Amino acid sequence: MFRTKLRVLRSHGIQYIKHLDEAVLPEIFRGRPILFDPEETRAAHVATVPDATTHLAENGDSKRTTDGRIASQAEIPEGETGKTTCFPEKHNNNGNSMPRTYDVIHRELAGLEALCPTGAITAVPFSLDLGRCLFCGECARRAPHLVQFTNDYHMATNDRLALNIVPGTESIKLDPDRVRREITRTFGHALKLREVCAGGEGSTEMELGASMNVNFDFGRYGIDFTASPRHADGLVITGPISANMARALEICYEAVAEPKILIVAGTDAISGGLFANSPAIDRRFLDRVQPDLYLPGNPVHPLTFIHGVMALTGRSFRKTNRKR
Amino acid sequence: MQQFLTYTDRSCPIRLAELPHAEYTAFFETMQTYLASGLRCAHYFATPDHGGAYTIYAVLLDDETHSVRIGTATAVAAAPIPSLTAIYPAMHPFERAIAETTTIRYADLPWDKPLRLPYDRTDRSQNPFNYPFYSIEGEALHEVHVGPIHAGIIEPGSFRFICNGERVLHLEIALGFQHRGIEHLMTATDNRLRQAMLAEAIAGDSSVSHGRTFAATIDALAGVQTSPRLAIERTIALEMERVAMHLADTGALCGDIGYQLGQVACEALRTITINTTQRWCGNRFGKGLVRPGGSYFPITAATVESIRTQMSDVKRRYLEIVNNLHATPSVLARFEDCGHLEMIQAEAIGAVGPAARASGLLRDLRSTHPFEAYADLAHEPVTETTGDVMARLNIRCREVPQSIDHIMTLLERVTETKPSEKPVFTQALAPASLAIGLTEGWRGEICHVAITDSDGRLAVYRIKDPSLHNWLGLALAVRGEGISDFPICNKSFNLSYCGHDL
Repeated sequence: MFRTKLRVLRSHGIQYIKHLDEAVLPEIFRGRPILFDPEETRAAHVATVPDATTHLAENGDSKRTTDGRIASQAEIPEGETGKTTCFPEKHNNNGNSMPRTYDVIHRELAGLEALCPTGAITAVPFSLDLGRCLFCGECARRAPHLVQFTNDYHMATNDRLALNIVPGTESIKLDPDRVRREITRTFGHALKLREVCAGGEGSTEMELGASMNVNFDFGRYGIDFTASPRHADGLVITGPISANMARALEICYEAVAEPKILIVAGTDAISGGLFANSPAIDRRFLDRVQPDLYLPGNPVHPLTFIHGVMALTGRSFRKTNRKR
Repeated sequence: MQQFLTYTDRSCPIRLAELPHAEYTAFFETMQTYLASGLRCAHYFATPDHGGAYTIYAVLLDDETHSVRIGTATAVAAAPIPSLTAIYPAMHPFERAIAETTTIRYADLPWDKPLRLPYDRTDRSQNPFNYPFYSIEGEALHEVHVGPIHAGIIEPGSFRFICNGERVLHLEIALGFQHRGIEHLMTATDNRLRQAMLAEAIAGDSSVSHGRTFAATIDALAGVQTSPRLAIERTIALEMERVAMHLADTGALCGDIGYQLGQVACEALRTITINTTQRWCGNRFGKGLVRPGGSYFPITAATVESIRTQMSDVKRRYLEIVNNLHATPSVLARFEDCGHLEMIQAEAIGAVGPAARASGLLRDLRSTHPFEAYADLAHEPVTETTGDVMARLNIRCREVPQSIDHIMTLLERVTETKPSEKPVFTQALAPASLAIGLTEGWRGEICHVAITDSDGRLAVYRIKDPSLHNWLGLALAVRGEGISDFPICNKSFNLSYCGHDL
């Protein structure tokens, strides 16, 4: 019995990520996207994509030969690798037919707007709302010269508008000036959270649980989930808030003692996501209570959650804050 | 008696005109005959016709002949009709859903209570706070209510126990808190990508299984013949999901009895597994991996290598954990002889998936109704006989290595086939047709039914998660157990709330 235990221990060794602030996700992970200015990519766009609507209608797929249909060479380059194959400078060698460009770019942006399953993309002015984005990456596949996803998981913010990214947005940060003073004052050393799933499909819940597991071990910073709202300093909402859970959520929030914080985790919780227009959800709770932290993701990666909560409570990963 | 249509090639749609149709009386008789002969109901729902009448669709599975039987009937709302649940309790979630959302009334529906309190329920006076829980009078008895919010980071559901001392006499489970109107949203949009993502959101821990079921249903309606390579890739994705969730369940069961070594070791192995999925497709839950018509993430040599090394390591380390688990008497003392679901009960409630297999029922679509690459895998379902928590755990302990072996076999074959095609979101669907997607997810049998209108738009999309059958199994399993054993009984089933509530 002890020998078998020792074998398990030896096989696993040390599992925790020592420096959570240095953790890097693989390139393929779809984190914070970056947008490119449509005006700047216009010339290159003309050279590579003769008709935006054609390729949008055909899935931006330039190589598919099923049904005996061979797509034209001029179609959009493949974006599956997540790398830009279409930089403005490189393909600017046949800068003719300029009069068509505005039309083309406009139609392409409108195509992206129509394509997005949650309406996160706005064509004019070109922007992408991470509060509604489900990180499917479809826009980046169709138009890698306009949208690309990076592996940056730092997406937590306390400003809902900061989630609306535009060409040139290089990072998403938490605005320390907007953090209520009692949050850093009261929760700067330890924070106990209660999670309420209100229509969530289970994956964000599992990721929140995973942030406490042997690998991420968020508990090392005194941050933990409790079984009762009476023991908690704040609430984490996952899911779009189904109508059948609206009342229970409210009761649970009221049961948390003041001062308390509210975190909305996952795209569904921030905006309703796929369910924003569903007749079965009721998001009036969020009209009354202002969240302190928005965590985009589908689901939220444990590192997004960990970094978001650390920033919100003004904590540093390296030095232990001993001042009282 | 009416004959149902036998449907064998699920990659082709059925024209609605070809479906056998009868009055409810003849249909009721046929259903009884089929259910008595051992066929089981995979889906059963009603859609409104013109003039207050409804069409009832029944999808039955025949495990012997590996086929599907489909029949339809007209039910008029005017007079109450006899219910099948009165004879076959396995039909209860289906008929309760019909009673809840239509004006059809059953004359003798036992347990005629709300199922998921959908937004379009006919009786708006029903709400989550006035659910008519069963109660027993008696001075020795007390009631314990748990939920809708539970102690852990899990989904909401309401449990009411009637206990005699510490012993549970009865458990009633009231769900519906997770209802998001997903079936309505599926037909409210023409954006195929949005539909595919909704399918992945049916249950986040089964994104690949539900995503694959949607993709297969749409591929059938669109007449898309997918390549063998795509079938292999989808099968690997399904098995990776199974391994990850079985690891999570093993860990959670160990955690619930305070066996920390098993818990943390399984957590670590699950992290390795889902990170391998992430390296393949960019998402730890495999969201975006399965799409209709093709895949954006064709398996590459690097992916093959990463899956092969990581999964063989996971298998070796998991077997060590299982070895230790079976050698630890304090673990066995909690799991063995606890939360029995007898075979006869499992059969009666129509249990599916690992819960049914733990009770000795051979319910595994991978062998009875093979899909994707399973036909070539010669999958041998794992079964146990005792039907207790230990049996449900043992199913997982044995399925993880089996699934990893399947993955290894499939990885061998990947390189022999041509690269898979790209997804298609614009294919026209066959008009006025019906298609069925069947998948054995890690939790059990998933069934999606799609019906198109005369313009080829999705008119009806009905989803069945395996949890719909199995929740009653949990309620039966805790009878006679100490209430403190409820968490491990619950974890051993690990059913989906959102998959049930939709």
